[in-house]
Amino acid sequence: MNKIANKQVINDVLLEESAKDKDIIVLCSDSRGSAGMKSYAEQRPEQFVEVGIAEQNLVGISAGLAACGKKPFAVSPASFLSTRSMEQAKVDVAYSNTNVKLIGISGGVSYGALGMTHHSATDIATMGSMPNMRVYLPSDRFQTEALIRSVLKDEKPAYIRIGRNAVEDVYEEGNVPFELDKATLVKDGTDVTIIACGELVGDAKAAAEELAGKGISTRVLDMYCIKPIDKDAIIKAAKETKLIVTVEEHTMYGGMGSMVAQITAANAPVKVINLTLPDAPVVTGKSREIFKYYGLDAEGIVKTVTEQL
Amino acid sequence: MNLEAKALDIRKDIIELIYSAGCGHIGGDLSVTDILVDLYYKQMNVDPNKMDDPNRDRFVLSKGHSVEALYCVLADRGFFDKKELFDTYSKHLSKYIGHPNNKINGVEMNTGSLGHGLSVAVGMAMAGKMDKRDYRVYAVMGDGEMAEGSNWEAITAGAHYGLDNLTAFVDRNRLQISGTTEEVMTADDQEERWAAFGWNVISIPGNNMEAIDNAVEEAKKTKGKPTVIIANTTKGCGVSFIENKAAWHHKVPTEAEYQQALKELDERRAQL
Ligand SMILES: Cc1ncc(C[n+]2csc(CCOP(=O)(O)OP(=O)(O)O)c2C)c(N)n1
Ligand SMILES: [Mg+2]
Repeated sequence: MNKIANKQVINDVLLEESAKDKDIIVLCSDSRGSAGMKSYAEQRPEQFVEVGIAEQNLVGISAGLAACGKKPFAVSPASFLSTRSMEQAKVDVAYSNTNVKLIGISGGVSYGALGMTHHSATDIATMGSMPNMRVYLPSDRFQTEALIRSVLKDEKPAYIRIGRNAVEDVYEEGNVPFELDKATLVKDGTDVTIIACGELVGDAKAAAEELAGKGISTRVLDMYCIKPIDKDAIIKAAKETKLIVTVEEHTMYGGMGSMVAQITAANAPVKVINLTLPDAPVVTGKSREIFKYYGLDAEGIVKTVTEQL
Repeated sequence: MNLEAKALDIRKDIIELIYSAGCGHIGGDLSVTDILVDLYYKQMNVDPNKMDDPNRDRFVLSKGHSVEALYCVLADRGFFDKKELFDTYSKHLSKYIGHPNNKINGVEMNTGSLGHGLSVAVGMAMAGKMDKRDYRVYAVMGDGEMAEGSNWEAITAGAHYGLDNLTAFVDRNRLQISGTTEEVMTADDQEERWAAFGWNVISIPGNNMEAIDNAVEEAKKTKGKPTVIIANTTKGCGVSFIENKAAWHHKVPTEAEYQQALKELDERRAQL
């Protein structure tokens, strides 16, 4: 079991890169502990800004820093970052096209029993609906590292959501296929395609293995790049497999699954089933309990595929 | 009723609840306990069986992470079954989640995202004025929470509309998650800030029951403007090793710590 959380990887990469690039600035809103940014804050005091519990100010200040040539990373719980500071994200970051990287930590239902105030089950919808804003939900620690290294090279806005706890590796050390804004083919197949993002890619991969045992050939796409989404990979899957099942830690409206359905409907109609969180506050529980309850885990995916194929 | 004894009993319940559930925001629970006890056992007009009474007093826990303290008080006051709370708190499928939720009898508003409660309380106080009802509205904020800009919008509006039926508390325990409030984001001049915005300001030792009660009485007598009570509290108040430590914001006691905490509270209870 992997013990390194995706947030730790972000801390490590930023710590390393900030030694060479003094324009990298990390900003937190009383969130450095949960962000895994404690060692960064300690070792780079001149490149760290604490704004207190003030997420709107967090994003506004980040945009101002970016407008003066800095490379800010605003790291705060995805729930507050994607809703409380939504207007700052829209106007000061997306619309003004400033080089701000918004890192939403403890995303989705990571905060479990803390409830809907702490869940970010609508962040793909809120952030993805803004022109200029890119949205990424990396799966494992290796992909998170590749993604952070990649966006460090560009100067455009992006929102990156990661979960709270370490997740199982999807890829192997030294063998991490990654091309920015291209879905990663985790496993090829010809009967059905599962398109997943974030923490649920691991479940999609496990489901595909189980389906193989039942004689169902399953393609798994890691759609970490939700915006701009990889249209070509979706259309190809729609043409080559009989069913697409999308899996995401997000509500049913305005999520990755909705985007997949829009693309297939216009280009290559195929049956698309969206496995999502409900349009309601989720039941109380830890993430894994919540995933199981709503059929988003490997078992639930297998059930949906066998019923729908 | 001996409110001091009640506050110690509630603290024991809080420790018990957090220990058995394996989660909770212990530091802020223990700093706000005395305020809640004065409001719920003495000052507020609320009846567990009449939460639809339009004349009831309203309470909003803006620092919603102190939900364990609120739930222990509500359970003890008979708003819901204590056993159900203790058996299910924060567990799979429970209705008792880790922040106040208005599906639960006694909870007026859902909170948990900081910087919402005071605006809501302003609205409740405004409605009271519109309907010519004489209920009072209480809101409790954390001192770290005062960094949220929305609070200052609510403070401006509360004074603008002269909402003397509104009393806010700041649980001034000088700590938040990342350290002291002064290190994280200056908050030292709370009294001057609120006064500058037009509020009646009362600054008290915030874990002193008599001081809390006197301040609430003074707030009730103050006309033409809202009152804020800056309650200078100790985070983790009542348990020596939890007091004044940022790390205890949401740490869960080990078995030995749990026993030690109960022992200390029992000792203090015996001294009353
Ligand atoms: C909008 C928002 N941002 C961040 C958080 C995460 N959070 C929960 S408690 C807390 C610290 C609160 O400190 P303070 O207000 O001083 O409360 P207390 O010391 O009484 O626990 C933070 C940052 C939150 N709940 N809501
Ligand atoms: Mg505090």
